[in-house]
Amino acid sequence: MSAALRAVAPGPYVTIQDAGRRGWRRFGVAVSGAMDLPALATANALVGNDPDTAALEFAHAGGIWDVAADSCRIAVTGGGFAVSADGVALAPWHSHTLRRGQRLSLGGASDAVWGYLAVARGFDVTPQLGSCATHLRSGLGGIDGCRVAAGDVLPLHAMRAPAGPECRVAAPRRASGPMRVVLGPQDDFFAPETIAAFLATPWRISHRGDRMGSWLEGPLLTHAHGYNLLSDGLVPGCIQVPGTGQPVVLLMDCQTIGGFPKLATIVTADLPRFAQCRPGSLVSFAAIGIEAAQDLYCHYRATVAEPGRMMAQVAEPPARPFWLLR
Amino acid sequence: MPRSCLLEPVTSPAPTLQSPYYPRFLPVGDAALTVEFGDAITPELNARVVALDIALAAAELGGIVETAPSYRSLLICYEPLVISFRQLVVELRRLLSRGVPVRQAAAVAWTVPVVYDPPHAVDLPEVAQRLGLTEQQVITLHGEAEYQVYMVGFAPGLPYLGPLPARLHISRRENPRPQVPAGAVMIGGIQANIVPMPVPSAWYVLGQTPLRLFDPTRQDPFLFRAGDRLRFRRIDAAEFGRLAGLTTDALLPLVRVPA
Repeated sequence: MSAALRAVAPGPYVTIQDAGRRGWRRFGVAVSGAMDLPALATANALVGNDPDTAALEFAHAGGIWDVAADSCRIAVTGGGFAVSADGVALAPWHSHTLRRGQRLSLGGASDAVWGYLAVARGFDVTPQLGSCATHLRSGLGGIDGCRVAAGDVLPLHAMRAPAGPECRVAAPRRASGPMRVVLGPQDDFFAPETIAAFLATPWRISHRGDRMGSWLEGPLLTHAHGYNLLSDGLVPGCIQVPGTGQPVVLLMDCQTIGGFPKLATIVTADLPRFAQCRPGSLVSFAAIGIEAAQDLYCHYRATVAEPGRMMAQVAEPPARPFWLLR
Repeated sequence: MPRSCLLEPVTSPAPTLQSPYYPRFLPVGDAALTVEFGDAITPELNARVVALDIALAAAELGGIVETAPSYRSLLICYEPLVISFRQLVVELRRLLSRGVPVRQAAAVAWTVPVVYDPPHAVDLPEVAQRLGLTEQQVITLHGEAEYQVYMVGFAPGLPYLGPLPARLHISRRENPRPQVPAGAVMIGGIQANIVPMPVPSAWYVLGQTPLRLFDPTRQDPFLFRAGDRLRFRRIDAAEFGRLAGLTTDALLPLVRVPA
Protein backbone atom coordinates (compact mmCIF):
# COMPACT_ATOMS: atom_id res chain seq x y z
CA MET A 1 0.00 0.00 0.00
CA SER A 2 1.32 3.41 -0.88
CA ALA A 3 1.49 6.40 1.39
CA ALA A 4 -1.26 8.99 1.15
CA LEU A 5 -3.30 11.69 2.78
CA ARG A 6 -7.01 10.97 2.50
CA ALA A 7 -9.45 13.83 2.12
CA VAL A 8 -12.26 12.98 4.55
CA ALA A 9 -14.04 16.35 4.43
CA PRO A 10 -11.76 18.84 2.69
CA GLY A 11 -12.47 22.56 2.80
CA PRO A 12 -14.42 24.09 -0.10
CA TYR A 13 -11.39 25.50 -1.95
CA VAL A 14 -8.45 23.14 -1.57
CA THR A 15 -5.98 22.75 -4.43
CA ILE A 16 -2.42 21.57 -4.96
CA GLN A 17 -0.11 24.53 -5.58
CA ASP A 18 3.58 25.12 -6.07
CA ALA A 19 5.46 28.19 -7.29
CA GLY A 20 3.50 28.18 -10.56
CA ARG A 21 4.09 27.75 -14.29
CA ARG A 22 6.67 29.83 -16.08
CA GLY A 23 7.25 29.96 -19.80
CA TRP A 24 3.74 29.18 -21.07
CA ARG A 25 2.20 32.63 -20.81
CA ARG A 26 2.64 33.13 -24.55
CA PHE A 27 0.24 30.24 -25.10
CA GLY A 28 -2.40 31.56 -22.73
CA VAL A 29 -1.46 29.44 -19.74
CA ALA A 30 -1.89 31.22 -16.41
CA VAL A 31 1.02 31.34 -13.98
CA SER A 32 -1.12 30.08 -11.05
CA GLY A 33 0.81 28.80 -8.02
CA ALA A 34 0.51 29.72 -4.34
CA MET A 35 -1.33 32.93 -3.47
CA ASP A 36 1.15 33.44 -0.62
CA LEU A 37 4.48 32.20 -1.95
CA PRO A 38 6.51 33.02 1.21
CA ALA A 39 4.02 30.99 3.27
CA LEU A 40 4.37 28.06 0.86
CA ALA A 41 8.17 28.33 1.04
CA THR A 42 8.04 28.44 4.85
CA ALA A 43 5.80 25.39 5.11
CA ASN A 44 8.20 23.51 2.86
CA ALA A 45 11.26 24.67 4.79
CA LEU A 46 9.71 23.47 8.05
CA VAL A 47 9.45 19.92 6.71
CA GLY A 48 12.79 20.00 4.91
CA ASN A 49 11.52 20.43 1.35
CA ASP A 50 12.70 22.71 -1.43
CA PRO A 51 10.76 25.97 -1.17
CA ASP A 52 8.74 25.43 -4.36
CA THR A 53 7.59 21.88 -3.57
CA ALA A 54 3.86 21.37 -4.24
CA ALA A 55 1.67 21.59 -1.13
CA LEU A 56 -2.02 21.84 -0.32
CA GLU A 57 -3.45 25.33 -0.41
CA PHE A 58 -6.77 26.00 1.26
CA ALA A 59 -8.98 29.07 1.57
CA HIS A 60 -10.28 29.84 5.07
CA ALA A 61 -10.22 26.20 6.27
CA GLY A 62 -8.64 23.00 5.01
CA GLY A 63 -11.06 20.46 6.48
CA ILE A 64 -10.52 16.94 7.77
CA TRP A 65 -7.78 14.56 6.59
CA ASP A 66 -6.60 11.05 7.51
CA VAL A 67 -2.98 9.96 7.51
CA ALA A 68 -2.57 6.83 5.41
CA ALA A 69 1.19 6.39 5.80
CA ASP A 70 3.34 4.89 8.53
CA SER A 71 4.09 8.43 9.62
CA CYS A 72 4.36 11.81 7.98
CA ARG A 73 5.78 15.18 8.90
CA ILE A 74 3.56 18.15 8.17
CA ALA A 75 3.58 21.89 8.67
CA VAL A 76 0.78 24.42 8.30
CA THR A 77 1.52 28.08 7.49
CA GLY A 78 -0.16 31.12 6.03
CA GLY A 79 -1.81 32.33 9.21
CA GLY A 80 -2.76 31.33 12.72
CA PHE A 81 -4.85 28.40 11.52
CA ALA A 82 -6.53 26.18 14.11
CA VAL A 83 -4.79 22.86 13.45
CA SER A 84 -5.37 19.70 15.44
CA ALA A 85 -4.64 15.98 15.28
CA ASP A 86 -7.15 13.67 16.95
CA GLY A 87 -8.46 16.71 18.76
CA VAL A 88 -5.10 17.83 20.16
CA ALA A 89 -4.11 21.31 19.04
CA LEU A 90 -0.99 21.65 16.89
CA ALA A 91 0.83 24.94 16.44
CA PRO A 92 0.93 26.43 12.96
CA TRP A 93 4.33 27.64 11.68
CA HIS A 94 5.72 24.46 13.23
CA SER A 95 6.42 20.94 11.94
CA HIS A 96 4.70 17.93 13.49
CA THR A 97 4.99 14.23 12.90
CA LEU A 98 1.73 12.30 12.61
CA ARG A 99 1.14 8.55 12.75
CA ARG A 100 -0.98 6.31 10.56
CA GLY A 101 -4.67 6.75 11.19
CA GLN A 102 -4.39 10.10 12.90
CA ARG A 103 -7.08 12.54 11.90
CA LEU A 104 -5.83 15.99 10.97
CA SER A 105 -8.17 18.95 11.17
CA LEU A 106 -7.35 22.23 9.48
CA GLY A 107 -9.62 24.96 10.86
CA GLY A 108 -9.82 28.67 10.24
CA ALA A 109 -7.62 31.65 11.02
CA SER A 110 -8.54 35.18 11.94
CA ASP A 111 -5.48 36.74 10.32
CA ALA A 112 -5.37 35.09 6.89
CA VAL A 113 -7.30 33.63 3.99
CA TRP A 114 -4.85 31.18 2.41
CA GLY A 115 -3.30 28.31 4.34
CA TYR A 116 -0.64 25.80 3.30
CA LEU A 117 -0.13 22.22 4.36
CA ALA A 118 3.28 20.90 3.35
CA VAL A 119 4.29 17.27 3.76
CA ALA A 120 7.91 16.15 4.04
CA ARG A 121 9.14 15.01 0.60
CA GLY A 122 5.89 16.21 -0.93
CA PHE A 123 2.86 14.89 -2.75
CA ASP A 124 3.36 12.41 -5.57
CA VAL A 125 1.69 14.48 -8.27
CA THR A 126 2.72 14.52 -11.92
CA PRO A 127 3.63 18.01 -13.14
CA GLN A 128 1.90 19.37 -16.22
CA LEU A 129 3.73 21.98 -18.29
CA GLY A 130 6.45 21.99 -15.68
CA SER A 131 4.33 22.55 -12.58
CA CYS A 132 1.93 20.80 -10.24
CA ALA A 133 -0.02 24.02 -9.64
CA THR A 134 -3.76 23.53 -10.13
CA HIS A 135 -5.45 25.91 -12.57
CA LEU A 136 -9.14 25.13 -12.32
CA ARG A 137 -10.32 26.99 -15.42
CA SER A 138 -7.99 25.15 -17.76
CA GLY A 139 -8.09 21.87 -15.86
CA LEU A 140 -4.31 21.82 -15.43
CA GLY A 141 -2.14 20.44 -12.64
CA GLY A 142 -2.99 19.05 -9.22
CA ILE A 143 -5.48 16.19 -9.16
CA ASP A 144 -6.99 16.16 -12.69
CA GLY A 145 -6.97 19.95 -12.65
CA CYS A 146 -9.71 19.98 -9.99
CA ARG A 147 -10.28 21.04 -6.41
CA VAL A 148 -9.62 18.31 -3.88
CA ALA A 149 -12.92 16.55 -3.13
CA ALA A 150 -14.05 14.27 -0.30
CA GLY A 151 -12.73 10.77 -0.83
CA ASP A 152 -9.69 11.91 -2.83
CA VAL A 153 -6.49 10.09 -1.94
CA LEU A 154 -3.40 12.27 -2.34
CA PRO A 155 -0.35 10.04 -2.76
CA LEU A 156 2.80 10.97 -0.83
CA HIS A 157 6.40 10.37 -1.84
CA ALA A 158 7.44 9.13 1.63
CA MET A 159 5.95 6.28 3.64
CA ARG A 160 7.73 7.54 6.77
CA ALA A 161 8.54 10.90 8.26
CA PRO A 162 12.23 11.82 7.98
CA ALA A 163 14.45 11.55 11.05
CA GLY A 164 15.47 14.71 12.86
CA PRO A 165 13.97 17.33 15.10
CA GLU A 166 10.83 19.30 14.50
CA CYS A 167 11.28 22.88 13.33
CA ARG A 168 9.41 26.06 14.02
CA VAL A 169 9.46 29.60 12.83
CA ALA A 170 7.94 32.71 14.32
CA ALA A 171 4.76 33.67 12.51
CA PRO A 172 5.90 36.47 10.19
CA ARG A 173 4.68 39.94 11.09
CA ARG A 174 2.99 41.27 8.02
CA ALA A 175 3.63 44.90 7.13
CA SER A 176 0.58 46.98 7.89
CA GLY A 177 0.97 50.01 5.62
CA PRO A 178 -0.63 50.60 2.26
CA MET A 179 0.00 48.18 -0.59
CA ARG A 180 2.78 49.59 -2.73
CA VAL A 181 1.95 49.84 -6.44
CA VAL A 182 3.78 50.92 -9.58
CA LEU A 183 1.43 53.03 -11.69
CA GLY A 184 0.57 51.71 -15.12
CA PRO A 185 0.79 50.21 -17.61
CA GLN A 186 -2.39 52.15 -18.53
CA ASP A 187 -2.51 54.92 -15.93
CA ASP A 188 -2.87 57.27 -18.93
CA PHE A 189 -6.46 56.02 -19.30
CA PHE A 190 -7.28 57.94 -16.11
CA ALA A 191 -7.30 61.61 -15.18
CA PRO A 192 -4.77 62.64 -12.50
CA GLU A 193 -7.68 63.31 -10.10
CA THR A 194 -8.93 59.76 -10.61
CA ILE A 195 -5.50 58.33 -9.82
CA ALA A 196 -5.26 60.58 -6.76
CA ALA A 197 -8.69 59.38 -5.64
CA PHE A 198 -7.66 55.76 -6.14
CA LEU A 199 -4.60 56.30 -3.93
CA ALA A 200 -6.54 58.24 -1.28
CA THR A 201 -9.39 55.76 -0.92
CA PRO A 202 -9.59 53.01 1.69
CA TRP A 203 -10.94 50.08 -0.37
CA ARG A 204 -12.98 47.25 1.04
CA ILE A 205 -12.05 43.74 -0.15
CA SER A 206 -15.14 42.22 -1.66
CA HIS A 207 -16.49 38.80 -0.75
CA ARG A 208 -16.63 38.23 -4.50
CA GLY A 209 -13.16 36.93 -5.18
CA ASP A 210 -11.15 33.81 -5.84
CA ARG A 211 -7.73 32.76 -7.09
CA MET A 212 -8.29 34.72 -10.31
CA GLY A 213 -8.98 38.08 -8.77
CA SER A 214 -10.27 40.15 -5.90
CA TRP A 215 -12.76 43.00 -6.34
CA LEU A 216 -12.35 46.30 -4.52
CA GLU A 217 -15.40 48.08 -3.14
CA GLY A 218 -15.37 51.85 -2.99
CA PRO A 219 -16.05 54.73 -5.34
CA LEU A 220 -16.39 53.85 -9.02
CA LEU A 221 -13.40 55.01 -11.07
CA THR A 222 -14.09 56.81 -14.32
CA HIS A 223 -11.96 56.39 -17.43
CA ALA A 224 -10.72 59.53 -19.14
CA HIS A 225 -10.85 58.16 -22.69
CA GLY A 226 -13.19 55.17 -22.52
CA TYR A 227 -12.19 51.72 -21.42
CA ASN A 228 -11.72 49.87 -24.69
CA LEU A 229 -8.12 48.85 -24.62
CA LEU A 230 -6.61 46.63 -27.26
CA SER A 231 -6.17 43.46 -25.21
CA ASP A 232 -2.61 43.10 -23.98
CA GLY A 233 -0.51 41.11 -21.54
CA LEU A 234 -1.02 41.31 -17.78
CA VAL A 235 0.42 39.76 -14.64
CA PRO A 236 -0.88 38.89 -11.16
CA GLY A 237 -1.03 42.13 -9.18
CA CYS A 238 -2.41 44.23 -12.03
CA ILE A 239 -5.32 46.43 -10.92
CA GLN A 240 -7.73 46.37 -13.82
CA VAL A 241 -10.62 48.81 -14.12
CA PRO A 242 -13.43 47.39 -16.28
CA GLY A 243 -16.26 49.40 -17.79
CA THR A 244 -18.26 49.40 -14.58
CA GLY A 245 -15.44 51.36 -12.85
CA GLN A 246 -15.10 48.82 -10.03
CA PRO A 247 -11.43 47.84 -9.80
CA VAL A 248 -10.32 44.23 -9.61
CA VAL A 249 -6.90 43.07 -8.47
CA LEU A 250 -5.79 40.18 -10.64
CA LEU A 251 -4.28 37.27 -8.74
CA MET A 252 -2.35 34.09 -9.48
CA ASP A 253 -4.96 32.32 -11.66
CA CYS A 254 -5.67 35.41 -13.78
CA GLN A 255 -5.93 35.22 -17.55
CA THR A 256 -2.79 36.08 -19.55
CA ILE A 257 -4.27 38.99 -21.52
CA GLY A 258 -7.06 41.41 -20.84
CA GLY A 259 -8.90 44.22 -22.55
CA PHE A 260 -9.48 46.68 -19.71
CA PRO A 261 -7.06 49.42 -18.61
CA LYS A 262 -4.69 48.53 -15.79
CA LEU A 263 -4.28 51.55 -13.55
CA ALA A 264 -1.46 50.17 -11.42
CA THR A 265 0.26 46.95 -10.41
CA ILE A 266 0.90 45.76 -6.85
CA VAL A 267 4.60 45.08 -6.24
CA THR A 268 5.76 41.48 -5.82
CA ALA A 269 6.60 41.97 -2.15
CA ASP A 270 3.09 43.12 -1.24
CA LEU A 271 1.03 40.73 -3.37
CA PRO A 272 0.99 37.88 -0.80
CA ARG A 273 0.02 40.37 1.90
CA PHE A 274 -2.82 41.63 -0.29
CA ALA A 275 -4.01 38.09 -1.08
CA GLN A 276 -4.15 37.34 2.66
CA CYS A 277 -6.44 40.32 3.42
CA ARG A 278 -9.77 38.92 4.49
CA PRO A 279 -12.97 39.85 2.64
CA GLY A 280 -14.50 42.90 4.29
CA SER A 281 -11.17 44.34 5.41
CA LEU A 282 -9.84 47.69 4.23
CA VAL A 283 -6.76 48.24 2.10
CA SER A 284 -5.16 51.31 0.59
CA PHE A 285 -2.53 51.80 -2.06
CA ALA A 286 0.61 53.94 -2.31
CA ALA A 287 2.40 54.59 -5.59
CA ILE A 288 6.16 54.19 -5.70
CA GLY A 289 8.61 54.62 -8.54
CA ILE A 290 9.97 51.68 -10.48
CA GLU A 291 13.46 51.99 -8.94
CA ALA A 292 12.08 51.97 -5.39
CA ALA A 293 9.85 49.04 -6.33
CA GLN A 294 12.83 47.08 -7.60
CA ASP A 295 14.86 47.88 -4.46
CA LEU A 296 11.94 46.53 -2.50
CA TYR A 297 11.84 43.45 -4.75
CA CYS A 298 15.52 42.69 -4.11
CA HIS A 299 15.07 43.16 -0.37
CA TYR A 300 12.02 40.86 -0.45
CA ARG A 301 13.82 38.14 -2.37
CA ALA A 302 16.75 38.30 0.06
CA THR A 303 14.63 37.91 3.20
CA VAL A 304 11.00 36.90 3.10
CA ALA A 305 11.47 34.52 0.21
CA GLU A 306 14.15 32.60 2.13
CA PRO A 307 12.34 31.32 5.19
CA GLY A 308 15.14 28.93 6.14
CA ARG A 309 17.14 31.86 7.47
CA MET A 310 14.60 32.55 10.17
CA MET A 311 13.85 28.99 11.13
CA ALA A 312 14.80 27.38 14.42
CA GLN A 313 14.99 23.77 15.41
CA VAL A 314 12.83 22.85 18.31
CA ALA A 315 14.95 21.75 21.33
CA GLU A 316 16.52 18.53 20.21
CA PRO A 317 15.22 15.92 20.53
CA PRO A 318 11.73 17.15 21.37
CA ALA A 319 11.07 15.31 24.61
CA ARG A 320 7.47 16.33 24.40
CA PRO A 321 5.53 17.97 21.62
CA PHE A 322 6.03 21.68 21.38
CA TRP A 323 2.46 22.54 22.27
CA LEU A 324 2.85 20.86 25.66
CA LEU A 325 5.99 22.82 26.53
CA ARG A 326 4.05 25.99 27.16
CA MET B 1 12.83 48.03 4.37
CA PRO B 2 14.25 51.47 3.67
CA ARG B 3 11.79 54.15 4.56
CA SER B 4 12.72 56.00 1.37
CA CYS B 5 10.81 53.37 -0.60
CA LEU B 6 7.59 54.84 0.71
CA LEU B 7 8.61 58.42 0.09
CA GLU B 8 9.70 58.02 -3.51
CA PRO B 9 7.97 60.59 -5.71
CA VAL B 10 5.29 59.16 -7.95
CA THR B 11 6.71 58.88 -11.43
CA SER B 12 4.57 58.65 -14.51
CA PRO B 13 6.68 57.03 -17.20
CA ALA B 14 3.82 56.70 -19.68
CA PRO B 15 3.15 59.57 -22.05
CA THR B 16 -0.45 60.74 -22.29
CA LEU B 17 -2.77 59.44 -24.96
CA GLN B 18 -2.72 62.84 -26.59
CA SER B 19 1.02 62.67 -27.28
CA PRO B 20 1.91 59.08 -27.82
CA TYR B 21 5.27 58.15 -29.10
CA TYR B 22 6.23 54.64 -29.99
CA PRO B 23 7.69 52.36 -29.04
CA ARG B 24 6.67 52.92 -25.43
CA PHE B 25 8.15 51.01 -22.49
CA LEU B 26 5.56 50.65 -19.74
CA PRO B 27 6.26 49.04 -16.37
CA VAL B 28 3.83 46.27 -15.45
CA GLY B 29 4.71 46.09 -11.78
CA ASP B 30 8.29 45.47 -10.65
CA ALA B 31 9.05 42.36 -12.71
CA ALA B 32 7.44 42.88 -16.12
CA LEU B 33 7.21 45.55 -18.81
CA THR B 34 5.25 46.09 -21.98
CA VAL B 35 6.80 47.34 -25.22
CA GLU B 36 4.01 49.02 -27.15
CA PHE B 37 4.39 49.67 -30.88
CA GLY B 38 1.10 51.41 -31.60
CA ASP B 39 -2.58 51.43 -30.91
CA ALA B 40 -4.24 49.46 -33.70
CA ILE B 41 -4.85 45.91 -34.90
CA THR B 42 -2.79 45.69 -38.07
CA PRO B 43 -0.58 42.97 -39.54
CA GLU B 44 2.30 45.48 -39.69
CA LEU B 45 2.23 46.35 -35.99
CA ASN B 46 1.81 42.72 -35.00
CA ALA B 47 4.73 41.75 -37.23
CA ARG B 48 6.94 44.21 -35.31
CA VAL B 49 5.83 42.63 -32.03
CA VAL B 50 6.66 39.16 -33.30
CA ALA B 51 9.98 40.41 -34.70
CA LEU B 52 11.07 41.92 -31.37
CA ASP B 53 10.03 38.71 -29.63
CA ILE B 54 12.26 36.70 -31.96
CA ALA B 55 15.15 39.18 -31.71
CA LEU B 56 14.97 39.22 -27.91
CA ALA B 57 15.08 35.43 -27.76
CA ALA B 58 18.09 35.43 -30.10
CA ALA B 59 19.87 38.09 -28.01
CA GLU B 60 19.83 35.69 -25.01
CA LEU B 61 19.73 38.59 -22.59
CA GLY B 62 20.22 37.55 -18.97
CA GLY B 63 17.22 37.88 -16.67
CA ILE B 64 14.46 37.43 -19.24
CA VAL B 65 11.92 35.01 -17.75
CA GLU B 66 9.33 34.86 -20.53
CA THR B 67 7.58 36.96 -23.13
CA ALA B 68 4.05 37.12 -24.49
CA PRO B 69 3.17 38.84 -27.77
CA SER B 70 -0.22 40.53 -28.18
CA TYR B 71 -1.78 42.62 -31.00
CA ARG B 72 0.50 45.63 -30.75
CA SER B 73 2.70 45.02 -27.75
CA LEU B 74 5.12 42.56 -26.20
CA LEU B 75 4.93 41.71 -22.50
CA ILE B 76 8.35 40.85 -21.09
CA CYS B 77 8.61 39.21 -17.67
CA TYR B 78 12.08 39.57 -16.18
CA GLU B 79 14.05 38.98 -13.00
CA PRO B 80 14.91 42.32 -11.34
CA LEU B 81 17.73 40.65 -9.38
CA VAL B 82 19.48 40.22 -12.74
CA ILE B 83 18.32 43.19 -14.81
CA SER B 84 16.52 46.36 -13.77
CA PHE B 85 13.73 48.14 -15.63
CA ARG B 86 16.12 50.89 -16.74
CA GLN B 87 18.79 48.46 -17.92
CA LEU B 88 16.23 46.38 -19.81
CA VAL B 89 14.81 49.46 -21.56
CA VAL B 90 18.36 50.41 -22.62
CA GLU B 91 18.91 46.91 -24.01
CA LEU B 92 15.56 46.94 -25.82
CA ARG B 93 16.26 50.35 -27.37
CA ARG B 94 19.63 49.02 -28.52
CA LEU B 95 17.98 45.96 -30.06
CA LEU B 96 15.35 48.05 -31.81
CA SER B 97 17.84 50.65 -33.05
CA ARG B 98 19.82 47.90 -34.75
CA GLY B 99 16.73 47.41 -36.85
CA VAL B 100 14.81 44.30 -35.94
CA PRO B 101 14.05 42.45 -39.16
CA VAL B 102 10.29 42.19 -39.56
CA ARG B 103 9.76 38.58 -40.32
CA GLN B 104 7.74 35.73 -38.98
CA ALA B 105 10.16 32.91 -38.44
CA ALA B 106 8.66 29.46 -38.66
CA ALA B 107 5.14 30.82 -39.20
CA VAL B 108 2.87 27.96 -40.19
CA ALA B 109 -0.20 28.04 -42.42
CA TRP B 110 -3.30 26.16 -41.30
CA THR B 111 -6.58 25.08 -42.85
CA VAL B 112 -9.05 24.66 -40.05
CA PRO B 113 -12.10 22.48 -40.74
CA VAL B 114 -15.29 24.04 -39.43
CA VAL B 115 -18.92 22.98 -39.50
CA TYR B 116 -21.33 25.91 -39.89
CA ASP B 117 -24.51 23.84 -39.48
CA PRO B 118 -26.77 23.37 -36.45
CA PRO B 119 -26.29 22.41 -33.69
CA HIS B 120 -22.68 23.63 -34.03
CA ALA B 121 -23.56 27.17 -35.14
CA VAL B 122 -25.97 28.43 -32.48
CA ASP B 123 -25.51 32.14 -33.19
CA LEU B 124 -25.41 32.07 -36.99
CA PRO B 125 -29.08 33.10 -37.46
CA GLU B 126 -28.75 35.98 -34.96
CA VAL B 127 -25.52 37.24 -36.54
CA ALA B 128 -27.06 37.14 -40.01
CA GLN B 129 -30.12 39.02 -38.80
CA ARG B 130 -28.14 41.67 -36.92
CA LEU B 131 -25.80 42.31 -39.82
CA GLY B 132 -28.51 42.27 -42.49
CA LEU B 133 -26.89 39.35 -44.27
CA THR B 134 -28.04 35.86 -45.19
CA GLU B 135 -26.56 32.98 -43.22
CA GLN B 136 -24.77 31.87 -46.40
CA GLN B 137 -23.22 35.34 -46.77
CA VAL B 138 -21.94 35.20 -43.19
CA ILE B 139 -20.45 31.76 -43.82
CA THR B 140 -18.85 32.90 -47.08
CA LEU B 141 -17.40 36.09 -45.57
CA HIS B 142 -16.03 34.28 -42.54
CA GLY B 143 -14.91 31.16 -44.36
CA GLU B 144 -13.16 32.77 -47.31
CA ALA B 145 -11.08 35.32 -45.41
CA GLU B 146 -7.44 34.69 -44.60
CA TYR B 147 -6.45 35.35 -41.02
CA GLN B 148 -3.31 35.86 -39.06
CA VAL B 149 -2.88 34.58 -35.51
CA TYR B 150 -2.16 37.88 -33.76
CA MET B 151 -1.75 36.37 -30.34
CA VAL B 152 -2.50 33.31 -28.24
CA GLY B 153 -3.92 33.94 -24.82
CA PHE B 154 -6.77 34.33 -22.35
CA ALA B 155 -7.05 30.54 -22.15
CA PRO B 156 -4.43 27.92 -23.10
CA GLY B 157 -4.01 27.75 -26.88
CA LEU B 158 -6.73 30.27 -27.73
CA PRO B 159 -5.82 32.15 -30.96
CA TYR B 160 -6.98 35.71 -31.63
CA LEU B 161 -7.48 36.06 -35.38
CA GLY B 162 -7.64 39.00 -37.73
CA PRO B 163 -8.41 40.85 -39.77
CA LEU B 164 -12.10 40.00 -39.64
CA PRO B 165 -13.94 41.21 -42.80
CA ALA B 166 -15.53 44.57 -41.95
CA ARG B 167 -19.03 43.33 -42.82
CA LEU B 168 -18.76 40.87 -39.95
CA HIS B 169 -17.85 43.47 -37.30
CA ILE B 170 -20.47 43.10 -34.60
CA SER B 171 -20.95 44.43 -31.09
CA ARG B 172 -20.51 41.75 -28.47
CA ARG B 173 -23.51 40.11 -26.78
CA GLU B 174 -24.98 42.02 -23.89
CA ASN B 175 -25.51 38.79 -21.99
CA PRO B 176 -22.45 36.57 -22.20
CA ARG B 177 -23.12 32.87 -22.63
CA PRO B 178 -22.09 31.00 -19.47
CA GLN B 179 -20.38 28.45 -21.67
CA VAL B 180 -19.44 27.92 -25.29
CA PRO B 181 -18.14 24.46 -26.29
CA ALA B 182 -14.55 23.50 -27.02
CA GLY B 183 -13.79 24.16 -30.67
CA ALA B 184 -16.35 26.98 -30.98
CA VAL B 185 -15.44 29.25 -33.91
CA MET B 186 -16.47 32.76 -32.88
CA ILE B 187 -16.56 36.44 -33.82
CA GLY B 188 -16.88 39.44 -31.51
CA GLY B 189 -16.24 43.14 -32.10
CA ILE B 190 -13.61 43.32 -34.83
CA GLN B 191 -11.99 40.05 -33.82
CA ALA B 192 -12.33 36.34 -34.46
CA ASN B 193 -11.16 33.37 -32.45
CA ILE B 194 -11.46 29.65 -31.75
CA VAL B 195 -11.82 28.40 -28.19
CA PRO B 196 -9.82 25.40 -27.01
CA MET B 197 -12.03 24.53 -24.04
CA PRO B 198 -15.46 25.46 -22.70
CA VAL B 199 -15.36 29.12 -21.59
CA PRO B 200 -17.92 31.81 -20.81
CA SER B 201 -18.08 34.26 -23.69
CA ALA B 202 -19.85 37.32 -25.05
CA TRP B 203 -18.80 36.44 -28.59
CA TYR B 204 -20.99 34.81 -31.28
CA VAL B 205 -20.60 31.14 -32.18
CA LEU B 206 -20.58 30.71 -35.98
CA GLY B 207 -19.43 27.11 -36.07
CA GLN B 208 -17.27 24.45 -34.49
CA THR B 209 -14.01 22.73 -35.37
CA PRO B 210 -13.11 19.18 -34.37
CA LEU B 211 -9.47 20.27 -33.93
CA ARG B 212 -8.12 20.09 -30.38
CA LEU B 213 -6.23 23.35 -29.96
CA PHE B 214 -4.81 22.42 -26.57
CA ASP B 215 -3.85 19.01 -25.27
CA PRO B 216 -1.39 18.91 -22.38
CA THR B 217 -0.62 15.25 -23.07
CA ARG B 218 0.86 16.06 -26.50
CA GLN B 219 4.56 16.79 -26.79
CA ASP B 220 3.62 20.18 -28.23
CA PRO B 221 0.37 20.94 -26.41
CA PHE B 222 -0.50 24.02 -28.51
CA LEU B 223 -1.41 24.09 -32.21
CA PHE B 224 -1.03 27.78 -32.94
CA ARG B 225 1.69 30.41 -32.55
CA ALA B 226 1.45 34.19 -32.92
CA GLY B 227 2.32 34.92 -36.55
CA ASP B 228 0.73 31.76 -37.99
CA ARG B 229 -1.66 32.14 -40.92
CA LEU B 230 -5.04 30.48 -40.96
CA ARG B 231 -7.97 29.74 -43.30
CA PHE B 232 -11.20 27.89 -42.63
CA ARG B 233 -12.58 24.99 -44.67
CA ARG B 234 -16.27 24.16 -44.47
CA ILE B 235 -17.12 20.60 -43.53
CA ASP B 236 -20.44 18.89 -42.84
CA ALA B 237 -21.62 17.28 -39.63
CA ALA B 238 -20.62 13.80 -40.84
CA GLU B 239 -17.04 14.88 -41.51
CA PHE B 240 -16.97 16.70 -38.16
CA GLY B 241 -17.83 13.41 -36.50
CA ARG B 242 -15.20 11.53 -38.49
CA LEU B 243 -12.43 14.08 -37.81
CA ALA B 244 -13.36 14.36 -34.14
CA GLY B 245 -12.62 10.65 -33.83
CA LEU B 246 -9.04 11.06 -35.10
CA THR B 247 -6.04 11.73 -32.89
CA THR B 248 -4.42 15.10 -33.33
CA ASP B 249 -1.35 13.44 -34.80
CA ALA B 250 -3.55 11.89 -37.49
CA LEU B 251 -5.31 15.21 -38.05
CA LEU B 252 -2.23 17.41 -38.32
CA PRO B 253 -1.25 16.43 -41.90
CA LEU B 254 -4.81 17.33 -42.96
CA VAL B 255 -4.76 20.82 -41.48
CA ARG B 256 -1.15 22.01 -41.76
CA VAL B 257 -0.54 23.57 -45.13
CA PRO B 258 2.85 22.57 -46.55
CA ALA B 259 5.16 25.57 -46.90
